[in-house]
Amino acid sequence: MDRILDQVTRPQAAITETVVDCLGRHYREVNQELRRLVDDGAHRLRLTHVAGQRYLGTNLQRPVQITIEGVPGNDLGAFMDGPRIRVLDDAQDGCGNTMNSGVLVIHGSAGDILGHSMRGGAIYVRDDVGYRVGIHMKEYGDTLPVIVIGGTAQHFLGEYMAGGVLIVLGRRLPPGAMHPSRYIGAGMHGGVIYMAGKVNETFLGKEVAVTALSDVDRETVEGHVAAYAQAMGMDLEPLLARPFVKIYPKTARPYGRLYAY
Amino acid sequence: MALSLATASFVIERDPARCIACQVCVRQCANDVHFYDADDDTVRAHDQSCVGCHRCVTLCPTQALSVRLNPLEYRPHANWGPDILRNIYKQAETGGMLLTGMGDDQPQRIYWDHMVLNASQVTNPSIDPVREPMELKTYLGAKPERLEIDDHGDGLTLRTELTPQLELDIPIMFSAMSYGSISFNACESLARAATEAGTYYNTGEGGLHPALYQYGERTIAQVASGRFGVHLDYLNAAAALEIKIGQGAKPGIGGHLPGEKVTLDISRTRMIPQGTDALSPAPHHDIYSIEDLRQLIYAIKEATHYTKPVSVKVAAVHNIAPIASGIVRAGADIVAIDGLRGGTGAAPTMVRNNVGIPIELAIAAVDARLRSEGIRHRASLVAAGSMRCSADVVKAIALGADAVYIATSALVAMGCHLCQHCYTGKCNWGIATQDPYLTKRLNPNIGAQRLANLLRAWSLEIKEMMGGMGVNSIESLRGNRDHLRGLGLNQVELDALGIKAAGM
Repeated sequence: MDRILDQVTRPQAAITETVVDCLGRHYREVNQELRRLVDDGAHRLRLTHVAGQRYLGTNLQRPVQITIEGVPGNDLGAFMDGPRIRVLDDAQDGCGNTMNSGVLVIHGSAGDILGHSMRGGAIYVRDDVGYRVGIHMKEYGDTLPVIVIGGTAQHFLGEYMAGGVLIVLGRRLPPGAMHPSRYIGAGMHGGVIYMAGKVNETFLGKEVAVTALSDVDRETVEGHVAAYAQAMGMDLEPLLARPFVKIYPKTARPYGRLYAY
Repeated sequence: MALSLATASFVIERDPARCIACQVCVRQCANDVHFYDADDDTVRAHDQSCVGCHRCVTLCPTQALSVRLNPLEYRPHANWGPDILRNIYKQAETGGMLLTGMGDDQPQRIYWDHMVLNASQVTNPSIDPVREPMELKTYLGAKPERLEIDDHGDGLTLRTELTPQLELDIPIMFSAMSYGSISFNACESLARAATEAGTYYNTGEGGLHPALYQYGERTIAQVASGRFGVHLDYLNAAAALEIKIGQGAKPGIGGHLPGEKVTLDISRTRMIPQGTDALSPAPHHDIYSIEDLRQLIYAIKEATHYTKPVSVKVAAVHNIAPIASGIVRAGADIVAIDGLRGGTGAAPTMVRNNVGIPIELAIAAVDARLRSEGIRHRASLVAAGSMRCSADVVKAIALGADAVYIATSALVAMGCHLCQHCYTGKCNWGIATQDPYLTKRLNPNIGAQRLANLLRAWSLEIKEMMGGMGVNSIESLRGNRDHLRGLGLNQVELDALGIKAAGM
């Protein structure tokens, strides 16, 4: 947790920023340039006029800081290992696909399968996300993937989830409104989902159960949401004001009795 | 335990005149078939548990053992055979899906056995491969539309930028088998044999063990739906990446490595906690279309800086030709197709035996389709799904494959006896198991040598057959269906294979 906080809050003012204008450029060319700049020692990059360029941050295995102006394309930070990316707009599908480490901060909404098979690092989204977010996230060793969604999520949230922490704050839900997501945690067999606001239990996948937060859960939520608030520049308190529920897998072996041995 | 209605598949015959009660069989059998009866100083057997792997028979120092099919004969019935009855008994007892290992064991038509090869007689000379150069070198990857060459006056240089290629000394690679489905020693044997023979082995979807990174340049690393062990170092360690969409033994379904097989070492390689189930979902959740496939292909190309070919592996199914066309258009450098008889460490029996089409028909359909669309050069075609001998390989290439994948043949070379019980994790040959007592039975030095021997033997035979046809380069054989004729096939089958009947 401290490490993630450190990653998003470390003062960087002293480091110069390199501006890369992406106007009308193909992703392959942009990514090649980013790679060259990072190889040459760039620590801070600002990408301007980004419009749908894919795979930004994919092949940069360094803790470089990237600010994106505009809407990046699909697979932002796919296989990402190290970079800290801040998107000042919405993002599209596949953010953090099979991501290993680093931080994605999205000051807007993001599309489907955000954090697909993510193994480490953190993804923070200010507003809403699409379908199948956090699908097959898994944790390993001392790496713990964390996704915090400010708004709400579409169906199959945390599907097949095998590890990690997925938090949905429901910021923009009208008071008393339910999260729209159906089949939450379908096939989930590890990790944990925390949702603020009302969750209709008939919308849950059959492999999960819902409960109130323990003290340990509360501490976990507060830690991750504090990091989120800091990354987003928001006040922490209102984010924690709504009561949370915990959604967890009923068994680590949902597919135990399938076969005739 | 309640009485099982399923009778034993095998009976153990022990010759009392030869048995010295040394108990080698007792120690060798992970299924606990043999046991020592101290009262009688005799070794006895629970026939019911025997899977027919022949480990005990092979290692018995006095050749006292034989394993036979249980002679128990059910009342003959053309429709309700003994296997079908046993399956129903088993399911009535457990309520579970039937599980099996290795490839389809049903007597579907094996088209390799209905195709014969040509040879030169009088009108064109055959070539003696022992004395004349015979080229098996194969490059896998996209080939350019045409080559542009600059003439400097004092020499020529290639202006066309070539895309990355895999260079094979022999057009046979080891197909995907994950660490988890097979033992570390088996993986190491494959890696070392591939290195020695100048070909490639495939990690399967279980990640790459740190000790095997040294064979990276002879490694094809898989990216499958579970994304186990997939990270930038893994992608960059391999010579090529393969997106696994499907597998011939179980098209359309996912995989499931049960938690008890996820040992500490496997958990490191797959990058998941020890003892947890490793679930490979049936689809890739980022691929719902050809466009999505293209997105993952290029994600991998971006991650590896366009330095490695990307393969897409699919199972051979009904519409394989347009599927392959889509894969090529999505930007794959290699299309790997796995047929109905392809092997597996575990698959539902019904799926293994009933889903998909034989690889022979798939190669013919795909090669013809890609040629007709003018895109055959844009990807290499790798065929898998039961290449049992070098003649199968030659026929696959004559039908249109660039190279083949072998897995079952490789396992047999390492000692596998096709007992089809890989899923139990009790492989007495030390191949499909993670039990340290069993895995040490496969010595990687010997395993690698046996695999390299197999590849050498097959390459000699391939050269011999090519020489007979008057062909001195595998390039000239590729897709050359004039070298094939069909035996005992009807016209529909001949047309599907794109070959003439023998005698025509």
